[in-house]
Parts: sequence; structure tokens; C-alpha cells
Amino acid sequence: MIDVLVIGGGNAALCAALMAREAGASVLVLESSPRIWRGGNSQHTRNLRCMHDAPQDVLVDAYPEEEFWQDLLKVTGGITDEKLARLTIRASSTCRDWMRSHGVNFQPPLSGALHVARTNAFFMGGGKALINAYYRSAQNLGVKVRYDSPVDHIELAGSRFVAAHIPEREVDGTRLPAERIEAHTCVLAAGGFESNRDWLREAWGQNERGEWPSDNFLIRGTRFNKGVLLRKMIEAGADAIGDSTQAHMVAIDARAPLYDGGICTRIDCVSLGVVVNREGLRFYDEGEDFWPKRYAIWGRLVAQQPGQIGFSIIDQTSVGRFMPPVFPGTKANTLDELARKLGIPEDIFTKTVEDFNRACRVGKFDHTQLDDCHTEGLSPAKTHWARPITTPPFYGYPLKPGVTFTYLGLKTDETAAVRFAGKPSQNMFVAGEMMAGNVLGKGYTAGVGMSIGTAFGRIAGTQAAAAAGFSSSAVNEVQSHAAV
Amino acid sequence: MQLFEPQLSEEKSCVEGYQLISVLNVNEAEVERQMNICNACRYCEGFCAVFPAMTRRLEFDKADVHYLANLCHNCGACLHACQYAAPHEFAVNVPQSMAKVRLDTYTEFAWPGKLGALYKNNGLVVALASSASLALFLILVLLNGGSLFPGKLAGDFYAIFPHNTLALMFGVVFGLAALALGGGIVRFWRKISPAQLEAAVLGSSVAEASGAVLKLKYLDGGHGKGCNNSSDNFTLWRRRFHHLTFYGFMLCFAATTVATMYHYFLGLEAPYPVFSLPVMLGIVGGIGLLIGPAGLLVLNYLRHPEHGDKAQQPMDRGFIVLLLLISATGLALVAWRDTEAMALLLAIHLGVVMAFFLTMPYSKFAHGFYRSAALLKYSIEKRLPDNLKLGSD
Repeated sequence: MIDVLVIGGGNAALCAALMAREAGASVLVLESSPRIWRGGNSQHTRNLRCMHDAPQDVLVDAYPEEEFWQDLLKVTGGITDEKLARLTIRASSTCRDWMRSHGVNFQPPLSGALHVARTNAFFMGGGKALINAYYRSAQNLGVKVRYDSPVDHIELAGSRFVAAHIPEREVDGTRLPAERIEAHTCVLAAGGFESNRDWLREAWGQNERGEWPSDNFLIRGTRFNKGVLLRKMIEAGADAIGDSTQAHMVAIDARAPLYDGGICTRIDCVSLGVVVNREGLRFYDEGEDFWPKRYAIWGRLVAQQPGQIGFSIIDQTSVGRFMPPVFPGTKANTLDELARKLGIPEDIFTKTVEDFNRACRVGKFDHTQLDDCHTEGLSPAKTHWARPITTPPFYGYPLKPGVTFTYLGLKTDETAAVRFAGKPSQNMFVAGEMMAGNVLGKGYTAGVGMSIGTAFGRIAGTQAAAAAGFSSSAVNEVQSHAAV
Repeated sequence: MQLFEPQLSEEKSCVEGYQLISVLNVNEAEVERQMNICNACRYCEGFCAVFPAMTRRLEFDKADVHYLANLCHNCGACLHACQYAAPHEFAVNVPQSMAKVRLDTYTEFAWPGKLGALYKNNGLVVALASSASLALFLILVLLNGGSLFPGKLAGDFYAIFPHNTLALMFGVVFGLAALALGGGIVRFWRKISPAQLEAAVLGSSVAEASGAVLKLKYLDGGHGKGCNNSSDNFTLWRRRFHHLTFYGFMLCFAATTVATMYHYFLGLEAPYPVFSLPVMLGIVGGIGLLIGPAGLLVLNYLRHPEHGDKAQQPMDRGFIVLLLLISATGLALVAWRDTEAMALLLAIHLGVVMAFFLTMPYSKFAHGFYRSAALLKYSIEKRLPDNLKLGSD
């Protein structure tokens, strides 16, 4: 029998598999996707947020525990578990040597991302390169990996894991029989439910306009995160945590593919112009704060608009001042023409922009600072970078909510154990998106998903190996963290 | 937006004094499409020079596309790391699209223009056929003269072919080839070079670019572990074999140069003893030029099928095989120069070398020159201020 069964194939799953294997356990990884799509949402990531008290290789200055914690507290509005959050933060300061030992390469921040040079360590080549490195290392260490192996059921004895079930399925034209895979212990790291359209519908429900908002959501990541195991575990009595409508959700280009649009579908010109809904009206302060600090709230803002669509409007003066979007903007020489092309009411749109233009109090425009260009007597106000939109050509970029990952997950503790009625399972552990909601009740700050996945993946792997009889010094390390 | 079928377009550089933006052909348009995706992603910035050069631009015209294509070393790193590689609908494969444009570069900028078309069918067959025919031609000449097996000549090549005949033949062919290649590079450089070239930055740029060329910096993967060959695993072997090939070639070239100087300036005529400078340079270089191309050939056959342009494989392999033949026949000549086989070996070796010179401006050989030019532009460009002010920084 296998010692440790890891269900999932992304960053958290592989961290768990590698740690368990390093402890001496035999490990099998079941990845639901084909090999070509392996790695879940991790293939779209690019960095992890790291605590550090002094400059460390690619990280400049310092990012102490307290500052990291305060950042997390702010974005989550306090909906977080301080103990697990601090555990994640501390683990983020020591995990990178281990990551390097498994072939992950780091690099200084990418151009256009210097604002996180202090806080985030970038993977050279991005998350898919990281995933490739982990899979290579896993193979070298003798971890068994099976692709096209979606687990749809977990067999339990009370709160103990007994076996995982893979249904009958067709892979490349071959019919594969259903399977039952036993293991001494199990790590669940199979992602959130963001690509399960029915579940999203159920979670978001119908709004006052009779719309099903989630039908208009795009999924920035993998199409394989259907939340099958998450639901099964909750139904089986595992303790859950989080709100099913909470997610890392940003406003992305409405023309992005339904799945796997990843980073390049972002629209970074929101703070430079105005955003209107399909009725031609503004609905939020576009200049509230720097875009990297605000991008994570705009997904929900757009989700609340009719048709779940918005339009970021800029003029010629903003061209070349933001990261190039993947799709060209709709271009027009007059505001009327732009409204027509975007399909929004011309008169209302023109009035919105003209009202905005009149309300602008332009001081010294500086996109790198919270400048003094603002509106007066306008609701909603634009508090920074407010400049009249008057120089043609005008550009419009359509925005839709883009879900990165959902926060509803399994409640856990500092041992990463799955819990049933408040008691930890002796041999089931959870990591990654399936438990990120313990730390992230809402909101997001760049790179923290990978910090959580790496920290809890490693803990889960260590604990799962230990529960199968393979202890290592790493267990002590984790326990000493937990004891703090 | 492309308003008409790019395949049908013809480049017109100038109409009534207005500089027109050249219309991209299919391969160039594909690079432009992919660069617009990459520029919005940028995860691969650490691998090589292509992506940092890309981030200095928001749009990619014909010159940009050719410049970026020739900066690309086809290391494969960005393909394996790409979240948008097929089966993703964006189907990004930068090494492949760049390779296709590079062939266009060689074709388009070759001088004289018409001969550029030779690239299109410069495959293994052409290379082998030309060397074989040349070798055969030389053999025939010898047969006519009755000296194909003239007995032991103690390594005296000039008893077979008079020195001046050889010098004239190879001098003329080499000179023409160098002229053709040089003309192509000059045209390429004029298209891609930055408008204002400050002398101040030129010195350090040349030094940096030379380092990148001589060390094959961009085959190290950006992390020093090497490039990709058959899988997402990194290997330094391509870089090592390329070094053996390049430096082996240079040593052989040095051997010829030294021998020429011996001949004309010191009055020392071949054959030279084994432990003389020209022969030692030739032997060491020849061994490098044997192991290097052999290794590159093996790597080429093991190469991941999605790397590069499959249609160019014959050209790549043809060039590698030609290099391999040069060193193999050259070393054989040294080994058996005191035997009766010398005349035959000499004829074959000279035939292969002649074929190499003939195809030089239109073979894979050109890649080193175009890439060096692109690397120099990169070094210059990055020393000039970046006029984009993308907000997130």
C-alpha cells in the first residue's frame, strides 16, 4: 500500500508530495488533468510573497512579519486566522532554499512589477516553470505521478482516510476502469471550485435584476478546479470555512478566454481614466489607490454591475503609461463614436465623461504617487490621477469579473489536518486553495496564494508522512512553528 | 489590423518620400501576434534578451520582428514555461515563430537578393550534393592528370594541387562568400539599428555583445543551468557542443591563416611537421569540430518536436554534417598524409571545404552573424533611455 496519497497536482500538492517523499514515505500523486494541463492554477502564478528581515537575493530591503501580517489583516478585513496566517508568514521566510533545492529558480521582479520588488520573490519563467521543476524533482525522487486521474469520492472510516476512488473514464480514446486506491494517509490539494459553473451559480444566486451574475464570470485559471472533492468532504462532515462567494476576483478583459486567461488578460488602465457600466455611468473611485492595491476589488465591483460588465475608458494621454493589454482597445475619435462602438448609450456616456471632465481639479499629475489630481463635487469621486478625458483618440476596454480562485474551503489547523466536528483527522491533511480560506476570508494581496500553498503543502506532506510512520526533522520544525 | 491577405503583400519602403510601415508577412505577423501576448505577460523576462527587448516596445513592426527573431537563440525555455502554449487557444510558441522569421531574415537580407532564395532549399541534400560533386570534380581532375594515387608524397599537397591554384580558387570563393554575407549583415543592421547611435555607448555595448556571443550567454537559461533540448529539463550540452564547434572552427581557421603566413612571409612551405603550429592548431581544432557538430547533431535529433521550425531541420542538419565532414576529412588527411591515399583524401577534403565556402552566405553559417548583430543592437538599445513609462513601476 502507498504511504501517502496526494490528490491534486499543483504547487501545494507537489510541495506535500516532495516533503513526504523526502521523509521516506512512498508517494503517489493523482492529477485530474492530462499532463499537458498539469499544475492547476499554479501554472499561471508568478511569485510568492515572502517575509524577510533583511535583503535576500532577489528581495530588496525588509518585509518583516508584522508588516506582512498588517497587510493581510487589511485586505481580509480581519477575516483571517491569525495563528495560521503568522505560520504562513514565517514559513515564507524560510521556504525558498528548499524550493531552490527542487529546481525552482528565482529572479528579480519583472518589468511592470517593481512595486512588489520588496515583498514578492518571482519565479523565473513563472509558475509553469516552477511546476515543471517540481514534477522533475518528484520524478527524480521516485514520487509516482498519474495524470488523467480525477478522484470523485473519498472512502472514510469515521474521520480516517481509507481510499480514493477514480471513476471509469476515457483517456485519449481508451476506456479506463474505475479504481480504488488505498493509502495510509492522504493529502487533499485539489483546488477550489472556481471552474464549476453550477456551483458558482448556486453560490452567487440571482440578483435583483434577475441575472445569474456568475454566468458572466471568466475563470483566470485552470478548467479542472471543479471542487468535486471539496463538496464531497463537506458533505461527509468535514468542517468548512469561508463564504462561497468570496474569491480572488479581479476585473479582466471581457474578451479573455473562458478558462486559463492568466495574467495577460489584466487591464491596467483603470486608474488612469474612468470606468463606466453598460448604462454609461461611473460606479466607483478609479483613483482610490495604486492599481496593484486595488485590482483585487474590481472583480466584485464589476460583478455588481448590470450584465457584469464595465468599460475602462482612457484617452491618448494615457497610452504607453500602463502595462500593454493583450487585446487592443476599441478606438474612436469622439466620445459618441466610442459609446456606439462599445454599445453603451451615447448621451449618458458623453454626459458622464463631460461631468467628470468638468469636475477634474488637475494639479501635478504623477502616476507613481498618490497625486493631487482629483475631482470636486462628483459622485463617486475620483481621488487621484483625475485628468479630463479630452484628447482623441479615445480607447475603451471591456471588463468582466475574472475569478482566480474561490475561498470556501476545509477548516484546518497548524498541522494542516482536515477536521471533523472540531477534531483533527489522524491521517487526512489539506493544502492549497482547498484551505486558503482559513487565512484569506476575503480580499487578496499579490503572491499570498503561493505563500499559503507552499507553507501548508509542506506541512501537510510532512504530517502525512509522519502519520504514515515517517518522521523527519522537518516535522519538528513545523511543530516548533506551530508552538510559537 | 490586417486589411488584406499578408501573403499577397509586397514590401514598399518608400512612396513619394513618405516612409511607409512595411506590411508584415505571415511569419512576421505571427511573431507580432505572439509578442502582443508575451508583452502582456512577461513571465519569461529572465531567460534571455528577447523579452527585455520586447518590453521596450508596445508595437512590433517589421524591423522589430526581425531584430527579436535574431535575438532568439531557440533555447526553448520560454516554450516549456509558457502558460499560453498549445493546447491553450493562444497557441504561443515563441521559439518556433522566431525561427520561421529568421529564415525570412536570411532570405530577405541576403546579398545579392536573388540568391537569398537559396536558403529556402538549402538542406542536407544540397549540402551533401555540392560537397560530393566538388569532391568528384577534383577526383576527375586528378584522374585526368593521372595523379590520384601518385604513390607516397610525404604529405606534399602541392604535388597534387599547386599552392597558387589552391590559394586562388579558395581565395576567390571565400572572398565572394564573405562579400555576400557581409552585404546581408549590413542591410540587416541598417534596418534594425537604433536611429541615434551614440559613440559613448558603443564601446561598452560592443564589449558586452562580444561576451554574449563568445560565451553563448543566452544558452545558459538565465539561471546557468542551460537550455532545453528534449524536455523541460535543462542541459548545458548544447552550449558545450556549440563551443567545441565554434572554437574548433576558429582554430582550424587559425591553422589556415598561420600556414598562409608561414608560406608568404616566412617562406616556410607545407608540409609542416605534426608538432608545428599550423598542424597542431588544425588537429586540436579539428577534434573540436568533430565532437562539437557530432554532439549538436545528436541533440538536434533528440530535440523536442515543438522547438524551432521543422522545415529548417534539413538546413540545420546539412550545415552540421558539412562541418563534421570538414573536420573528419581534415583529420583523416593528417593521419594518412604519408600514404598513397593522400591525394584522394586531399581531393575530398578540399571539395568539402569548397562546398562550405560556397554555401556559407546562404547556410546556417549566417545565423552567427545575424545573431551577433542583433545582440549588439540589444546592448546598445538597453543603454539608451526607455521612453515607455508603464505605470505599474
